[in-house]
Amino acid sequence: MRVLGSVAIAALIAGGASACKQDEGTSGGSANKACDLKIGFFGALSGADAGLVTPMKQGADLAVEKYNAENADCKVSVQAFDSQGKADLAGGLATSAAADSKIVAMIGPAFSGESEVALPIFDTAGLSVITPSATRPSLATKNWKVFHRGVGNDFSQGPAIASYIKNVLKAEKAFVIDDQSAYGAGLADEAKKVLGTTIIGTDKVVDNAQEFGAQISKVKTSGATVLFYAGYTEEAAPFLKQLRAAGWTGTFIGGDGINDANMLSVTGQKDVEGTVSTCPCGPATAAKGTFVTDFKAKYSVDPGVYADVSFDLANIYLEAIKAGKTSRADIQAFLSTYNKAGSASGVTYKWEPNGELDPAQVKVWAFKATAGAWAPELEIPKA
Amino acid sequence: MDFAELVRGFPELTTTGLVQGAIYALIALGYTLVYGVLRLINFAHSEVFMIGTFGAIWTWAVFGLDSNSGAPSVPKALLLIALAIVAAALLSGSVALLIEVTAYRPLRRRNAPPLAFLITAIGASYALMELMGTLTQRRQVGAPALLPTKTVISIGGWSITPVQLLTLVVAVLMMVGLDWFVNKTRFGKGIRAVAQDANTAALMGVNKSRVIALVFVLGGLMAGVAAVFSDMKSGNTRYNIGFLLGLKAFSAAVLGGIGNLRGAAIGGLLLGLVENYGSALFGSQWRDLIAFVVLIVLLMFRPTGLLGESLGRARA
Repeated sequence: MRVLGSVAIAALIAGGASACKQDEGTSGGSANKACDLKIGFFGALSGADAGLVTPMKQGADLAVEKYNAENADCKVSVQAFDSQGKADLAGGLATSAAADSKIVAMIGPAFSGESEVALPIFDTAGLSVITPSATRPSLATKNWKVFHRGVGNDFSQGPAIASYIKNVLKAEKAFVIDDQSAYGAGLADEAKKVLGTTIIGTDKVVDNAQEFGAQISKVKTSGATVLFYAGYTEEAAPFLKQLRAAGWTGTFIGGDGINDANMLSVTGQKDVEGTVSTCPCGPATAAKGTFVTDFKAKYSVDPGVYADVSFDLANIYLEAIKAGKTSRADIQAFLSTYNKAGSASGVTYKWEPNGELDPAQVKVWAFKATAGAWAPELEIPKA
Repeated sequence: MDFAELVRGFPELTTTGLVQGAIYALIALGYTLVYGVLRLINFAHSEVFMIGTFGAIWTWAVFGLDSNSGAPSVPKALLLIALAIVAAALLSGSVALLIEVTAYRPLRRRNAPPLAFLITAIGASYALMELMGTLTQRRQVGAPALLPTKTVISIGGWSITPVQLLTLVVAVLMMVGLDWFVNKTRFGKGIRAVAQDANTAALMGVNKSRVIALVFVLGGLMAGVAAVFSDMKSGNTRYNIGFLLGLKAFSAAVLGGIGNLRGAAIGGLLLGLVENYGSALFGSQWRDLIAFVVLIVLLMFRPTGLLGESLGRARA
């Protein structure tokens, strides 16, 4: 019995350890000339917020798969770095990505908090990154030469949400809650500037929270008809569910952080119906070219937000590699003069010196949870 | 300090605080039982609870219910909840027993120092958490909404929903039942005897190993019941849900006087209330801080907790 016990524990521990390593991915391809190059993908591929990031990885995989079919003699692979969306895991992952000389470019990090940790490491290593979804504005003001953003930032998303609350929902009493993350707090601040006196109350939520009794009481007693939640699905889903259970019937609106399939499935169709989420990107389900059909053929689901963006960004890197830009420095130089439209999103990718996308290309869409899916509702007009 | 908010929301803050407190209390009983008998903080108890939350959701899934399904009729819902309670309690109880048999018992046989128990407890906790994290891809899983959300009782500003009512009723029943079991039955006498003096109890014919196993199972059963109500209240679960809840429940046990069953119940309810009132007064970002500051301050004046340690001490 004694021996049996120790064996069981050893097995448990070994199982946990080996499972953690699984996510690091494997590289394929032949080993001659500059061929088995890798494009890194950095973001939450497991954990509660994986619903938002998985479609991006799928978009990048799709682009690379197409490229490899056409260039079978010199393949490229995607190496995933699963941050679980946690900033405290980002440093270690970024260091190992930077140390792998086969990785010549990076898509991600997907979230703003992990970006703040990973970017200094990538910058030192000269590894170009284009994030398909991290929207905190200050990421572009830290003088990280390698930083590029493939979408708009919260200077556009925050005011757009405010404009939606005021002009589309015509709300007079809005409550604002953020999750105190780099993304959530920043987004809430930008929206608050425009919302002004429409705001009837504010509060915070802590990371990993499960119990929202105090926030729910405040929202209900305030008489708010709209609740803007700036944060991610992990907390938003149980929060919304508990709000509904407590009898609050107003409109729940969030940014791109809740624009994922898990928000719908964890909250449950009945409670999530009518919820609004925005995205500083266009609807991936209406992407151009063969992207939507190809995506559905490969994954049997509709592409989630940012899948088309990520597909286009991977293609930019692949174009560079195809043109013989096989070092990190060459790719960085390639991006600085890039000016072409993506085949799926239709956005013209052209970056300003600080890494922000050309402001003329930025658009913000609103999506509404309708019958268990995020249905594109409208493009929010610029203020 | 927002006193107006506290006054406005007082009835609702009190109800939701008591419900959360009842869940803390049920988990706290597991910490306190094991401590009372073994002088061991079973840190893996939080994962016993976490596995129970999955057990309940899996049970409902067997009947084809997930977060998207509509609410069943009330009698059917009550039956499903009862089934989930049995399933989660059995699962949590078994996991607790498994931890005792595979991790702690071998240490006791070798007379390991207390530090070995402590690190084993933390190790078992992490191993279980990571195991479930890996098995569930660290996803959060939604629970079905079983009971209607309309209020059942409403007096003045005070109202209560079916889930809240059921949580409080069942939690009180479980606590009273456990108190009766420990104080009035033959098995309970065995538990108290081992808690007072394990070696003398053994000389008197009490099977020490069996009593310890029983204590772990009892704690697991309570955690399993708490898990079902946590699922219904928060509407979801995930692999790391036990960490903070476990820590809070452990604090509740210390607050009431660790080793003391009634203390754990009072400590849990009190902690739930203090957290809610504090969040209303200072803002929800201060929630966890308030809880632990209250604990520290209270321990300064009453180092053994509100009711003091008692399971094995006093007259028993």
